[in-house]
Amino acid sequence: MGLSDADLAGHGAATELVRFDARPGEAWVTTKLDFLVNWGRANSLWPMPFGTACCAIEMMASFASKYDLARFGMERMAFSPRQSDVLICAGRVPYKLAPIIRRIWQQMTQPKWSISMGACASTGGMFDNYAVVQGIDTIIPVDVYVPGCPPRPEGLIYGIMMLQKKIMNERNAQQGIRDEMSPDPTSKLYIPASRIDELSEPFGNSVHQTRSAP
Amino acid sequence: MSPSFTIVHPGTGSNATPVTPKNVPVSGGPVSPTAEAVGAQFPGVISRTVVSRGETTIIVDGARVHDVILWLHDDAQQSYDYLSDVTAVEHRDLSLPLEVVWHLRSLRYRRFIRVKVLIAKGAPLEVPSVMDIYKGADWLERECYDMFGVKFAGHPDLRRILMWEQYKEGFPLRKDFPLRGRFSRSEQLKNALAANPEARYSMEELSIADAFEELPLDMRRRLSEGEKVGE
Repeated sequence: MGLSDADLAGHGAATELVRFDARPGEAWVTTKLDFLVNWGRANSLWPMPFGTACCAIEMMASFASKYDLARFGMERMAFSPRQSDVLICAGRVPYKLAPIIRRIWQQMTQPKWSISMGACASTGGMFDNYAVVQGIDTIIPVDVYVPGCPPRPEGLIYGIMMLQKKIMNERNAQQGIRDEMSPDPTSKLYIPASRIDELSEPFGNSVHQTRSAP
Repeated sequence: MSPSFTIVHPGTGSNATPVTPKNVPVSGGPVSPTAEAVGAQFPGVISRTVVSRGETTIIVDGARVHDVILWLHDDAQQSYDYLSDVTAVEHRDLSLPLEVVWHLRSLRYRRFIRVKVLIAKGAPLEVPSVMDIYKGADWLERECYDMFGVKFAGHPDLRRILMWEQYKEGFPLRKDFPLRGRFSRSEQLKNALAANPEARYSMEELSIADAFEELPLDMRRRLSEGEKVGE
């Protein structure tokens, strides 16, 4: 979104352009900030690995030296949801794990994205039976689906590059892209945020260690 | 009091050298001496003895299976000290009875025996628990209950182990259970998400104060001196 000379002339002094309350004619500054923020976010995605099956082996291979996801700024595996940006669900999710993956997703802070890796996480795959969730997108929102059974590391890397492209095209001025639709407070599924915070304490991530230290 | 531990090298111990049996017939063959011993100790308890691929199966009376297994465990000549598995078999022909199976192994005599109880069609699915004999039967019996609905009388904590405790659809390994479950996918997901993962594993349950007596000595000493542990 560029600005013409006519737009600039309408504002008089050039200093007035550098303001952070976005007005209709001032998109130039906002776009550049978007680029900077998105560039930073896209290149330091900290993954929350949710590996439940053989896809997790390929995910580990992707993190190891040959494929080396550290090239994408992902060298830090965040095993605590609070410190992670992208949930990589690698493997089938049984119904017994459904409330757990949903709670992990709720514990992750915005901005956050998720990758559904492999056929089972995306659709249930060959496990069309009583025990397996038929696609994690029935529980959490998914940004990128990586096909394969299991996908090779190249497949996961391609999915991550697609996610990076998606992040680079996000506009932070756009209200609502970070909105999460929470369940109706009167429903059985509703867990208040205070309760989620309370439950996350036993997992001892760095935030809570700081808080509970004497 | 068990004797002290000694390493037995193959061919040097008092027991015969273990060898892999060869040319084992599919059915028939030598019956395990345990089967005869059980027959002599409990007359009339064995309704049938089957030998298949060298393994002996005794089919016993359900009311006395606990006595049989207790005797097999305690008798010095049998010494079946290891319970490999507790499971059940339901046949596709629904007129056939459901079988509950115990796999017993004697480490001392290197013997194996399979004990089966037949539960006739329509009879209550209940057999005695052997958890007072083998502590390891705990989860095996819970799994058998979870998958087949067989109740083990005398088990102190018989609840589901693989499926979550609020699971309402029945027992998945029974032949009349549909592969995709009884409820719709959305209903299944709704039920699963409503389950509380912490229901049984609360921090109160895992409190280190309750487990104090179970802790190693050095940890008990450090805790009694006032050292704080991670919350």
